[in-house]
Amino acid sequence: MKKTLLALAVGTAVSVAGVAASAGTLDDVKAKGHVQCGVTQGLPGFSNPDDKGNWKGIDVDVCRAIAAAIFGDASKVKYTPLSSKERFTALQSGEVDLLSRVTTWTMTRDTALGLNFAGVTYYDGQGFMVRKSLGITSALQLGGASVCTSTGTTTELNVADYFRANNMEMKVVAFEKSDETVAAYDKGRCDVYTTDQSGLYAQRLKLTKSSDHIVLPEIISKEPLGPVVRQGDDQWFNLVKWTLFAMVNAEEMGISSKNIDEMMNSKNPAVRRFVGKEGTFGENLGVSNDWAVNIVKQVGNYGEIFDANVGPDTPLAISRGINALWNKGGIQYAPPIR
Amino acid sequence: MTAISNEPSGKVSFWYDPRVRSIASQVLLVIFLAWGSYEIVNNTIANMQRLNIASGFDFLSTEAGFAMAQTLIHFDEKSSYFRAFEAGLVNTIYVSVIGIFLATILGFIMGVARLSKNWLIAKVATVYVEVLRNIPLLLQIIVWYKILLHILPGKRDHASALFGLLDVNVTGIWVPRFIASDGFWMTEVAFLVAIGLAWWIARWAKQRQYETGQPFPAFWTGLGLVIGLPLLVFLVTGSPGIIDHPVFITEGPIFKRGFQQGAGFNFSPEFLALLFALTLYTGTFIAEIVRAGILSVSHGQTEAAGALGLRRGKILRFVVIPQAMRVIIPPLTSQYLNLTKNSSLAMAIGYMDIVGTGGIVLNQSGQAVEVIVMIMAVYLTLSLLTSAFMNWYNAKMSLVER
Repeated sequence: MKKTLLALAVGTAVSVAGVAASAGTLDDVKAKGHVQCGVTQGLPGFSNPDDKGNWKGIDVDVCRAIAAAIFGDASKVKYTPLSSKERFTALQSGEVDLLSRVTTWTMTRDTALGLNFAGVTYYDGQGFMVRKSLGITSALQLGGASVCTSTGTTTELNVADYFRANNMEMKVVAFEKSDETVAAYDKGRCDVYTTDQSGLYAQRLKLTKSSDHIVLPEIISKEPLGPVVRQGDDQWFNLVKWTLFAMVNAEEMGISSKNIDEMMNSKNPAVRRFVGKEGTFGENLGVSNDWAVNIVKQVGNYGEIFDANVGPDTPLAISRGINALWNKGGIQYAPPIR
Repeated sequence: MTAISNEPSGKVSFWYDPRVRSIASQVLLVIFLAWGSYEIVNNTIANMQRLNIASGFDFLSTEAGFAMAQTLIHFDEKSSYFRAFEAGLVNTIYVSVIGIFLATILGFIMGVARLSKNWLIAKVATVYVEVLRNIPLLLQIIVWYKILLHILPGKRDHASALFGLLDVNVTGIWVPRFIASDGFWMTEVAFLVAIGLAWWIARWAKQRQYETGQPFPAFWTGLGLVIGLPLLVFLVTGSPGIIDHPVFITEGPIFKRGFQQGAGFNFSPEFLALLFALTLYTGTFIAEIVRAGILSVSHGQTEAAGALGLRRGKILRFVVIPQAMRVIIPPLTSQYLNLTKNSSLAMAIGYMDIVGTGGIVLNQSGQAVEVIVMIMAVYLTLSLLTSAFMNWYNAKMSLVER
């Protein structure tokens, strides 16, 4: 009997990962009436509930843009906060329709996990934060330091690589939730806190005294962050991908939430295709032809969501940097709608 | 198939034969379970293949690439995922074994104290049990961790405790450790020999007491042997080994200051917080079990033993405790299992137990099903081993009829 119980116990656990949604995610989403979006458990600027409990951030705006494209209503999103450990299983098992959760695009994740990255919402890189009082100016002075990091992230691998490559010793103290990592750093358990540089600026706001800490200039990795979907559902993949492209194209063409109504009457053929006056681009995606109009009207173009969530006028105060458009010195680039 | 029933009416119809019914229901259950497990496993594999998720256990030999502090066995970035599992397993066993040991001692003291006639002692024990038993363990772990991080001096400071035996700061407690050198094996052999001798003396003393009634201080003799003999051999062989003290540096590059890795032995604050919480929490349950066990021995037993002329200490040792143990051991086993399983809450404070390392491996390799199965197998094995040992002990302690 013990053996049969064991078999059953193992089997039950195994089946948890086995419950997968059917291939037609878009049809499922339309049927249930909302997009189920996997986000962080709270990272200012990317996905964080505000004081009224509404989710805010770049990653959240990606989810809202997709809802706007499908339903014409950006509010039809439900959020599932996920730890970095839970995120891929939640997506694989169909618990969420997409993951928009500061997730780095890597080869393993793209090929071995049954996932597809639909693009890049934010080009990031890993950095370090230390106390000003230590008098450190460069990451190369960190030999022997103890480093607080979150488990199950690319961060954890990069920092190990970096210290090894530079022949420096380190002691890792790793936590599962980023809140715990930050709290331990704040209490002085570690000398250094490391995560994506955008995350450093965001988490610094949570420290007891933000101004006592500095972010070191070194960027030690490439961290392209973007939304993730399941493999094998090209229609849904295309929709998420082109929602991102639509936002970038809108900024490039100068279409914003403020002037979208005037743009509806534009004679420029590229704008006419964008707003759905020409062609059947929306229908080809499986949504209505005014999909891009809804995105820009309700959520905004890429520049708008960047400025609203992480830009210079927000507490994070991050400049566009490489996230500027390709023709403005950055690398954000979208294929044309035609 | 027909069966003859005891009833005078003779034949019973096939479907009403109790034996047929019992066999049929068992066969059905087995078929149902087998079908259920087959479906579950098959469905999982099919779904994973459809979703292009890698499967199999090949990933275990892949280089881990992440670093981990606080491992008892060697682990670095170049070690394999499997090694990460092993390191986590060792950490789980480490905190569980020490936790079980301390919780048992604490529980027995508090259980007996709660029955004490001294008002203050009894009340202290009662408050301890009632307060800590009713606060969720996860909260206790987090509170202990916050307290430790708060009160301990910073990384480049330190403080001494217990007359300089312990050295503490935010990186944990540092104690001297013993490093054996060549020739220490003779001391180890002496230790084993002493244990064997002590066991033999205990048996002999018991035998002699049965036959002649003459008592013999077997416990103290044994203890003296186990400590004395290895110590003697150690000194005679020329003290092969050194005491390695923790080293604290206040000069040099800022990150090199503080306690030096590789000198002395370190208990990290994560380990200590987890150990405190597990010990104190499980201790309350053990205290209650011990109290129940002692109360279950009827007062008549104590009085009868007193009437035979036994002194108070001997009444406890020979009459009350042996009978109480029969009540104590089975629930004590569950508490040991609970403590081991509860140690998985370690992930809340970053102690790298099997769930912690397993979680990292799961996330870095993406092979959730395999990793979860491995973690479950580990806990099941640990639990079954503990149960097996406690069942053996229980059988030894149970009433032997002569």
